[in-house]
Amino acid sequence: MSKVLEGFYYSESHEWVKPSGDGFALIGITDFAQSQLGSVVFVDLPEVGQQLEKGVEFGAVESVKAASDLISPVSGVVVEVNDDVIGEPELVNQDAFAAWFLKVKLDQPKELDTLLKKADYEKISG
Amino acid sequence: MAEIKQTSLYEYHVQKGARMEEFAGYMMPIVYTSIPEEHKAVRENVGMFDVSHMGEIIVKGNDALKFVDHVFSNEITSKEAGKVVYGMMLYENGTIVDDLLVYKVSDTECFLVVNASNTGKDYLWLVDNTEGFDVTVNNRSEDYSQIAVQGPEAEKKMLEVFGLDLSGLAFYTFGNYIILDNMVLVSRTGYTGEDGFEIYGDHQAIREIWDALDRNQVLPCGLGARDTLRFEASLPLYGHEISDQITPLEAGLKMFVKFEKPDFIGKMELEKALASGLTRRVVGLELTEMAIPRQGYPVMKNAAEIGYVTTGYLSITLGKPIAMAMVKAEYAKIGTEILVQIRKKQVPGIVRDKKFLQKNYKK
Repeated sequence: MSKVLEGFYYSESHEWVKPSGDGFALIGITDFAQSQLGSVVFVDLPEVGQQLEKGVEFGAVESVKAASDLISPVSGVVVEVNDDVIGEPELVNQDAFAAWFLKVKLDQPKELDTLLKKADYEKISG
Repeated sequence: MAEIKQTSLYEYHVQKGARMEEFAGYMMPIVYTSIPEEHKAVRENVGMFDVSHMGEIIVKGNDALKFVDHVFSNEITSKEAGKVVYGMMLYENGTIVDDLLVYKVSDTECFLVVNASNTGKDYLWLVDNTEGFDVTVNNRSEDYSQIAVQGPEAEKKMLEVFGLDLSGLAFYTFGNYIILDNMVLVSRTGYTGEDGFEIYGDHQAIREIWDALDRNQVLPCGLGARDTLRFEASLPLYGHEISDQITPLEAGLKMFVKFEKPDFIGKMELEKALASGLTRRVVGLELTEMAIPRQGYPVMKNAAEIGYVTTGYLSITLGKPIAMAMVKAEYAKIGTEILVQIRKKQVPGIVRDKKFLQKNYKK
């Protein structure tokens, strides 16, 4: 059974968003996503300054066997990329909610309300 | 939709919590714990695979050898009984029906081991070509289970667990052995680039052998690791490096085509292809930036598509992104700079040899 945490927002494509105050948020993939992927060996992420559009592909997370597109759950500008995850992709398997990929400045913080909360996400990640 | 089959080890896989997927009509274990862990066990120690989905076809009769040599790219007649020979069956146009192992049992019997996904097609192909030969062809795939015990410690493990000394069994030879009171066929073959054995027997025998190996810390490995291992050893896989659209010459498998034989199906077209020169070939690629080249990704040069990736991984053993790719012959030279289209990016790489790592066979 995969973990779903309170305080995170979820997309149907299994990314999470965690607001970090002042209109910023962290983005990662869920524990369910990492469990489906298996051993993560590479995370292909955009650079700082890139604009993300909600619902649009912005990179990929790759297991030994397959590449899986990352779909942006929100719109915003990338302000930080987690180099630890790039250097050690297995961190995603160890703790998907700690292994954030990007920090973004949200275009519209209200967009978070369009995402799933814990109880709803649990229903689609059984 | 045909019913999805289970191997005799299905219950074991499910109990172990393996990720199960349908492959070639069978529910097969893809991975038990992690592909890198299973891969490393085989490279450094020993692991075991359920490969019961593979097809076993028996050719018997006075013309058994003559018949096999008619449909087989390699050569079996001159070999001694007890030898295993790798090669391909070809269509008249020189493309590949399947690749297979031929076990020479006697002058009147061969045991053919073919790809699971091709077993039905291969059987029909063989039967269709028996005219004029005194042979019978039997598809015995349902009667056999098969496991592979692979890795540098495989020989020691077989001795330790079963008291079976296989030190005298040479590379690409086989014999009948008694293991746990069951008669089984054991060959020193595999699909990992490591030393090891493949064991064929009835379902009950193979289950008992598998369970005994499991109790003795031989790590079960799934088809995921089987693919990463065979890839690093640059062993071709049907549907990737070889297919009914690809000839053995294009795939770089000429050493398994015996042009000295008076005749075999496909020979004439391959001779023509040799004379006129190849238009494309399977090469090795190594990316010079971090990204993972995967099957089907286009290979580019000067803004034009010059080929495609047939298999690619972030190599578990080498830690580098490498691939096999089918490219136009003029770009097949080692050192040629190319680009691989990966999502929206073009990632630079070079053409390299396919010796990604040294094979560790005990010859």
